[in-house]
Amino acid sequence: MRVLIPSALQSYTGGPWVEAEGATVGAVLDDLDRRYPGIRFRMVDEQGAIRRHMRIFWRRTMVFDLSTPLAADGELMIVQALSGG
Amino acid sequence: MTETKANPVLLVATRKGAWLYHGDAARQSWYCDGPHFLGHIINHLLLDARDGRTLLAAAKTGHLGPTIFRSTDLGQTWKEAAKPPAFAPATNGLAARSVDHTFWLAPAHASEPGVWYAGTSPQGLFRSADGGDTWAPFSSINDDPRYREWFGTEQDGTPDGPKLHSIIVDPRDPRHLYFAMSGGGVHESTDGGQSFAPLVDGLAVVEGFDPGDIRFHDPHCVRLCPGNPDRLYQQNHCGIYRLDRPDTRWRRVGATMPQDVGDIGFPMVVHPRDDRVAWVLPMDTSDVWPRTSPGGRPAVHVTRDGGESWQRLDAGMPREQAWWTVKRQAMCADQADAIGLYFGTTSGELWFSRDEGAHWDVLARHLPEIHSVEIAYPR
Repeated sequence: MRVLIPSALQSYTGGPWVEAEGATVGAVLDDLDRRYPGIRFRMVDEQGAIRRHMRIFWRRTMVFDLSTPLAADGELMIVQALSGG
Repeated sequence: MTETKANPVLLVATRKGAWLYHGDAARQSWYCDGPHFLGHIINHLLLDARDGRTLLAAAKTGHLGPTIFRSTDLGQTWKEAAKPPAFAPATNGLAARSVDHTFWLAPAHASEPGVWYAGTSPQGLFRSADGGDTWAPFSSINDDPRYREWFGTEQDGTPDGPKLHSIIVDPRDPRHLYFAMSGGGVHESTDGGQSFAPLVDGLAVVEGFDPGDIRFHDPHCVRLCPGNPDRLYQQNHCGIYRLDRPDTRWRRVGATMPQDVGDIGFPMVVHPRDDRVAWVLPMDTSDVWPRTSPGGRPAVHVTRDGGESWQRLDAGMPREQAWWTVKRQAMCADQADAIGLYFGTTSGELWFSRDEGAHWDVLARHLPEIHSVEIAYPR
């Protein structure tokens, strides 16, 4: 599937859209980490929680759980909720 | 020592990136290299004095998880750590924790090349054995029920989280370690970190609280004297202290500071060779604790007799209306024959002295909030 990467993480991917595979949100992030080592820990902490300012959308709906199932035909969008100065 | 002839590099970590200032041997001119990591929160930037070439930067951004960046070419190229500091899964029925940021980096003993320690927020101790590429929880303290209690809660620490800092390795013995926590006291290990024990005897806590309760102790910065590893100085939330081992009782040496200045601050800087000499940068602790220069008149204070007396050093600094805050990692000394001193303010000014604090000058202005200032001698 296509995955949209926020600007803060494009130093890992080299661009905004990348391909990744997985049957759940967590599996897609694992696959992203295989392709771009280190990227998952910037989004998900060591206890498996999505970090505070990261937002993940599947088919334009926000998802909060890494176990959320995905289909092969769709776009996963990862965005950062900007805050602070 | 050879370092005194080398050209110094000042490593400046800020809330919005890092800068390297390359000085000449006379420390007369400085070349600015930066920003590195513009927009990233850099809490600490340090060169490994053992190899003279490995730089580690403790980084995160407001939106991304914490990591460590490494360079072996003085910042021309950076590589992210393959496994940054991260807590283990919860054990013993204790709550699971996540590293918010790495706050303090410290190379291990000279006999352990490539080994580093890191202190985090919330409080945790980590170790790398490969030059900072992969990190693992170190010692048992991260998941020790007593230490969990001493860590306190998120509300007990500094505004951006409680911190483990001041990781110190005895230059005579790699198994002899110290660290400090804000809050949570000073701790010592004599068995290479297998176990730690509090070292807080003689330290005051905020009035009305029990000094027997480790949670209430708030060391701001602890330094060991390289010229005499049995002597430590400490800037605490409640005064300036000295400890001469094997004694275990800290002695408050800040009581001789001028009454209108007081003996509270964040940084503690020791002379690299003379254990009688140390510098502090006091802050205002009246009513709501502004943590700015007392009276708007900044000054460094020095002791040259182990804390028996203190002298004000402010030549070249503003005489009024300067409301500086200097964080605990944002002041250091170099190793020249006439010691150079450096500090950075949260308002982004970098100040230095080439004569042990007798005269001060500005090295840089208009930087972001300065988190740490360290001296390096690359080889």
